[in-house]
Amino acid sequence: MTASFWRYTLLVAWKDLRIEGKSREVLYTMGFSASLVILIFSFALANATDPAQGPITAAGVLWAATLFTGTVALARVLDRERENESIRSLLLSPAPRAAIYAGKLIATALLMILVECVLAVLVGVLFATGVFDHVLWLALVLALGTLGFASAGVVFSAALLRSRSREALLGALLFPIVIPVLLAASRATACLFDPLAPDLEPVAFWTRFLLATDVIYISLGLWVFEPVVTGE
Amino acid sequence: MTSENPPRAQRALRVAKVSKNFGRQRALIDVSLEFSPAAVTAIVGPNGAGKTTLLGILSTLVRPTSGEIRLGDDALDRAARHRIGHVGHEPGIYPDLSARQNLGLFAALYALTDPGARVASMLERVGLSDVRGDLPARAFSRGMLQRLALARALLHEPEILLFDEPSSALDPTGARWLGEELVRERESGRLVILVTHDLDAAAQVASHIVVIRRGRVALDRQQAQGFAAHEVRGLYEEALRDR
Repeated sequence: MTASFWRYTLLVAWKDLRIEGKSREVLYTMGFSASLVILIFSFALANATDPAQGPITAAGVLWAATLFTGTVALARVLDRERENESIRSLLLSPAPRAAIYAGKLIATALLMILVECVLAVLVGVLFATGVFDHVLWLALVLALGTLGFASAGVVFSAALLRSRSREALLGALLFPIVIPVLLAASRATACLFDPLAPDLEPVAFWTRFLLATDVIYISLGLWVFEPVVTGE
Repeated sequence: MTSENPPRAQRALRVAKVSKNFGRQRALIDVSLEFSPAAVTAIVGPNGAGKTTLLGILSTLVRPTSGEIRLGDDALDRAARHRIGHVGHEPGIYPDLSARQNLGLFAALYALTDPGARVASMLERVGLSDVRGDLPARAFSRGMLQRLALARALLHEPEILLFDEPSSALDPTGARWLGEELVRERESGRLVILVTHDLDAAAQVASHIVVIRRGRVALDRQQAQGFAAHEVRGLYEEALRDR
């Protein structure tokens, strides 16, 4: 990948983040819905504050909230390209389509990670979980899990750009594809949150699994984004 | 690329035996055309005739199933995208960004030298320099959006300018302004291709009329002095008459 590829990638990412900085639609919508999901689970689950079970449940709740609200971010970030047919101008520019994909991926993942940071703290409080016990590991797992989710999500969201019921279809198509990412991310997070876990070996294993999945998903995304977005 | 030394089309655009199939549907069949620099070509035809597909191919967004397109001696492919400007019926700009931010983004994508000065001159050119700097394009009228769309399309000084129904939602003042801009671009030496349903608008600006019917070129007529409105209507009806 050349310097110009990264230049285009950063331009597309910066454009999306700048638009979000003005509208804050994704941050507010995703943050509010995900907080609500976590709050409801914390009230509904009897073992939420159980020192032994609560932290493990918290991992599942954190990733379930991310999964459902992450689709909002994915749909919206691509939806902005549909308004005024802006995507046409972007595709007509000299920016390689793979750079457009990478830029969208970076912007979406950054927005999701920002919201996940708040959610992790909320989960820590409501589920009596020591989220700061292994904060760097947690940051790594959140980043890799989000990248894996968003790398597949950007492709599907682009494929559904001109579909009328794309928000409903996005979840139905995307969720089965990202099962490996979500299983690995929630397992790693559960191990991190588990106060009785003897060591971090399982976390390291699932993190390596996430890294491998991300490499595969991102490579596929870079490859298929062009035919998907142009419909050719 | 510099704004001080803008490339002007001195080369013809040649479309040779271009066909496009969408599955079993044949959208374009053996289309061969030549577009001259410093001229406006109006492509007209009924709905579904293949006009927009042809424009999509000329913009490099749609790949032809067969045939080739050359600008002078060079193939018109993705590497030639910086030579093409496109204005559609949708303005193709980001509504949450201001006019300056939109143009700034595209100036960066086209790697223009001195993008600030270029953006300012384009805003001046399309009459948007007085618009409040932080006003998002979402607040613009339809006419202002089309002005901004033209500024975006001209920003990188393309050799070829493509218009797809650009005045479809404009009021008469906006449509007249756009017509004047088309003439101005033609006079500056640019190769301009306009897809439209409006035969009167085509007559006002075009010296080359192409009628597309059922994916084929039904008529291809050039006239250095241009066409009167009744001439264009006559040619159109003649081309569409069942043969």
